[in-house]
Amino acid sequence: MEPVEEHRPDPDVLLDALKKEEEQSKRGKLKIFFGMCAGVGKTYEMLKAARQVLEQRVDIVVAYVETHRRKETMALVEGLEILPRKTMTYRSTTLEEMDLDAVLARKPRIALVDELAHTNAPGSRHPKRYQDVIELLDNGIDVYTTLNVQHLESRADTVAQITGIPVHETVPDSIFEMADEVELIDISEEVLLQRFAEGKVYAPDRAQSAVKNFFRKGNISALREMALRLTAERVDQQLQAYSTLKAIPGISKTRQRLLVGITADPDCERLIRLTRQLAYASKSSWVAVHVETPGASNAGIQDVLMKHINLAKELGAEVITTADRDVAAALVRVAHEQNARQIIVGRSFRSNIFPSHNIIDRLLERSTDIDVYVSSSHHETPRRRRHISLPHFTSEPRQYIAAFGAIVLVLGICYPFVEFLGYQTVALLLLMLISILPLFMGIGPVLLAATVSALAWDFLFIPPQFTFAIGKAADVLMFVAYFVFASVTSILTSRIRSQERAVRQREERTTALYKLTKELSSARGQDDVLRVAVASLRSIFRAEIVVLLGEPDGDISPTPHPSSTFIVDEKELGVAVWSYWNEKKAGRHTDTLPNAQATYYPIKGSRYTLAVFGIRRSDTAPLGFEQENLLDNCIALISTAMDREFLNELTRRTSVVEESERLYQTLLSSISHELRTPIATIMGNAENLQSEKVRVNVSIVDSLLAEIKTAAERLNRLVENLLDMTRVESGMFKVKLDWTDIHDLFASVLRNVARETKEHHVHINVMDTMPLVRLDFGLMEQVLVNLLYNAAAYTPKGSTISLEAEEQNGVCIITVSDNGPGFPSEALERVFEKFYRVPGTPSGGTGLGLSIAKSYVEAHKGTITASNRLSGGAQFTIRIPSEIKQMKLFESEA
Amino acid sequence: MSFQPTILVIDDEQQIRRLLDVTLSSNEYGVISAATGEEGMREAAMRRPNLIITDLGLPDVDGSEVVRRLREWYDGPIIVLSVRDTEQEIASLLDAGADDYCIKPFRPFELLARIRSALRHHETAPKDSVVTFGDVVVNLAARTVTKSGDDVKLTSLEYSLLALLVRNADKVLTHHYILEQVWGKNYSEETQYLRIYIGQLRKKLEENPAQPKHILTESRVGYRLVTNPSPSV
Repeated sequence: MEPVEEHRPDPDVLLDALKKEEEQSKRGKLKIFFGMCAGVGKTYEMLKAARQVLEQRVDIVVAYVETHRRKETMALVEGLEILPRKTMTYRSTTLEEMDLDAVLARKPRIALVDELAHTNAPGSRHPKRYQDVIELLDNGIDVYTTLNVQHLESRADTVAQITGIPVHETVPDSIFEMADEVELIDISEEVLLQRFAEGKVYAPDRAQSAVKNFFRKGNISALREMALRLTAERVDQQLQAYSTLKAIPGISKTRQRLLVGITADPDCERLIRLTRQLAYASKSSWVAVHVETPGASNAGIQDVLMKHINLAKELGAEVITTADRDVAAALVRVAHEQNARQIIVGRSFRSNIFPSHNIIDRLLERSTDIDVYVSSSHHETPRRRRHISLPHFTSEPRQYIAAFGAIVLVLGICYPFVEFLGYQTVALLLLMLISILPLFMGIGPVLLAATVSALAWDFLFIPPQFTFAIGKAADVLMFVAYFVFASVTSILTSRIRSQERAVRQREERTTALYKLTKELSSARGQDDVLRVAVASLRSIFRAEIVVLLGEPDGDISPTPHPSSTFIVDEKELGVAVWSYWNEKKAGRHTDTLPNAQATYYPIKGSRYTLAVFGIRRSDTAPLGFEQENLLDNCIALISTAMDREFLNELTRRTSVVEESERLYQTLLSSISHELRTPIATIMGNAENLQSEKVRVNVSIVDSLLAEIKTAAERLNRLVENLLDMTRVESGMFKVKLDWTDIHDLFASVLRNVARETKEHHVHINVMDTMPLVRLDFGLMEQVLVNLLYNAAAYTPKGSTISLEAEEQNGVCIITVSDNGPGFPSEALERVFEKFYRVPGTPSGGTGLGLSIAKSYVEAHKGTITASNRLSGGAQFTIRIPSEIKQMKLFESEA
Repeated sequence: MSFQPTILVIDDEQQIRRLLDVTLSSNEYGVISAATGEEGMREAAMRRPNLIITDLGLPDVDGSEVVRRLREWYDGPIIVLSVRDTEQEIASLLDAGADDYCIKPFRPFELLARIRSALRHHETAPKDSVVTFGDVVVNLAARTVTKSGDDVKLTSLEYSLLALLVRNADKVLTHHYILEQVWGKNYSEETQYLRIYIGQLRKKLEENPAQPKHILTESRVGYRLVTNPSPSV
């Protein structure tokens, strides 16, 4: 690093610090009263602090406090508001727990929650109390709580070593780091022991055994030191965080990163804790890496691995999984990617097959710029022995029977020909069978086959026959060779097979993800995305899926989306709702409401949580690490697709709003003129008629009345058009198909426009064999009236308007044409647009008639086009597919 | 004038009531007005009008309900006023006992024609056995039809249809009603028969079948035989 940059804080670190500060302003603040062990007076101090803030009229309540019936403590509780506890019955025992929902509903400024490390009664929302506290903080409630040093996850091991008593109730260190304030409650060892003696901590009978077992002076000193050191480290960290944020030069350093390799080795747990401590002490972040190698791994190993990964996550590591044949290369690669300068591995980190060439050596070879720490191992590697031990026997009984049968069959065939073949040849044949068998079955049946065939060969073929004795030394050698060869072949083949299976599983996962990605990307619309998502999750995880969508008002819909494959009851819905609001997975196999039947995953969009997916598997065991990973990936993919659709929909809606605003503007400008003209005519002329002077002249009266009538008719037409338009826009009109005689339709239309076409020649031409067609008489009448009205309005008097109909292959074709001026070519494309009016046409139209006509025709699944006739004039062609009924059918009846 | 029929107008719009008042009184009808359905039914019971005109959209009782309740005891003609696109409802009201309908905005002369026809229908219970429209003469007693003096040959179904129209001349008949009357109950939805036969009748009887003057289509409702077509305006 260049000297100039020395004092400049890393922008990422700064950003992190700012982000943290911003998050914290929304979150509640956590204050921990921290002590070395029980009896130092944490609860007492917490209550004292609570009384102080109460005096300042701060809204503070006791959510859960355990007084242990200590007099001083109980006195302090008095006067504070105590929220009722929740009683839970578990196996006939009644347990009292903090009522999380009651606290959330009460929403105080500060809540007192004693004993952070407490484990909740089964059936509670979260298994651990600290998770309840996190939820309170997430909801903006400040929390005062108490904690002993031995309950910190990273210290649990050490404490167990010191005191010899395993610690079961632990909290992740992250919550300790999350605390905004840690108040160390410290008293000297002597004072504490004095308190025990006085029975202030435990009732006298229990106190004795407690002092003997746990509270020995040496233990207490060690715990005290640990608590003091942790608090001091914290102060140091805070100072660092502060100086980063406020950019005090000199203190900030480049960010360090540690990397730890995760394996299924039991010692790995210690390694993870160690790395966390190192990271914490050196104020660096850390990455935990698991390298998947091809090879057999059974469910037990997977479970241990999963436990280690969860531990690393809990302790604040970023967990990365990668696949590689070479573990060392993978670790170095990830270290480079993650910018980690130190790799921490355990001594047990060795390759399975070639112990001599262990991973540590190769790691050292490859990592020239990276420090490698090798931690000493506590457990004397039971690991290697376990791996040499044979792969798991999972074959079904059927396979054993089949293997046995195959051997018996070959033996039976060979037996009569033994003289002819020679017994050595039989061994070769059997060996051939043994080499083939692993292709079809697992290791168990093959070993059985190997053993049985060896013994049978000995018994039946090797002289002396029908004894297990072997006469010649060469035959003994041959028997042993046969047995060893058969066993090794079978083991090697089955190992290859299991590696193949691992590769195939990985391939299947990749294929599943690829398929899902492809299908999701081609899915259009939310429903389609959900359909694809549900189908994929179902087939990959053999699970039933329920989809609950977020609603526009922000709440979650209680009715599952139709793509769901199971329904949720009230209780399950509660879990989904929790997952929705807290944006975390919940339900079965999670930390929240694990008693649920299904696991619920929030589908997070860029703005809101869009939905919750509930996944219910018939298999009660939790998903393995790889499957869990796959599911997380699937959920992430689905989230992205859902978000895409959500944003599309948002854009679409915005454009619809814009479009309707534009329409509204046009409507206003066009309609206001169109409405006002006839109204002005009617009002003006009516007033004229009231005047004596006008009324004298009968011919003027007549013409004024005619004017009024025309204006009223124009107004009426406009209103009808607007109403029609509204019906079309709102989708409220329905097409009612009925058998229609085109002659009848035309006659009706002509009657409607008789007055408008008085000055025109209307020519009707219907094909002789015109059948009945199925149309909505009223709608088509309207369409043709609009077209004829248009033709009459835009052609000079005396023009000819033709109304023609024919039927071709089940399509009814109606044309309306005139011999007027036709359309300007640029208008042809636009005549059906709403409010479009051909430039330069006389006023009196609204530009709605054709648009309505088009909508009505399209409602018949037909088309309407405008064109100019070759011989001059405009032409509209309507094509409507229809059932037809020939008239002839009825002539015969007459 | 010896006999002056009274007409009850039920409409909540004062302007429409006034328009009808003027239109009807100037044509020698006595007019009673009611602004609500309840008031209308009360007036009908007390004053026994010769004809009732009712709007479909009334503030208190639905117009169709008014028609149904009136029909329980009132046997005079009822004409329904309504707006466009309620044809389905009109057809069902006509089947339920209304005599005719007029679409708002209506032309006064058109409404008057409907009123005249409805009253005439009602008074002259025993029908004339001979009905004339245009140059067509239908003799219901002799079952003969002539056009300009020449015999017109009709199939029996054609004749039944024509006879039904003629007996209800100037009155609108719904598709449903015609089909039931001529073809029978099972055919009440088979409108294609009706379309065909109306076409046939027009071909045989109308001056210009493409622009019929007497056998008229009432869009989405039914048919009406008009004996004295009003001159087009």
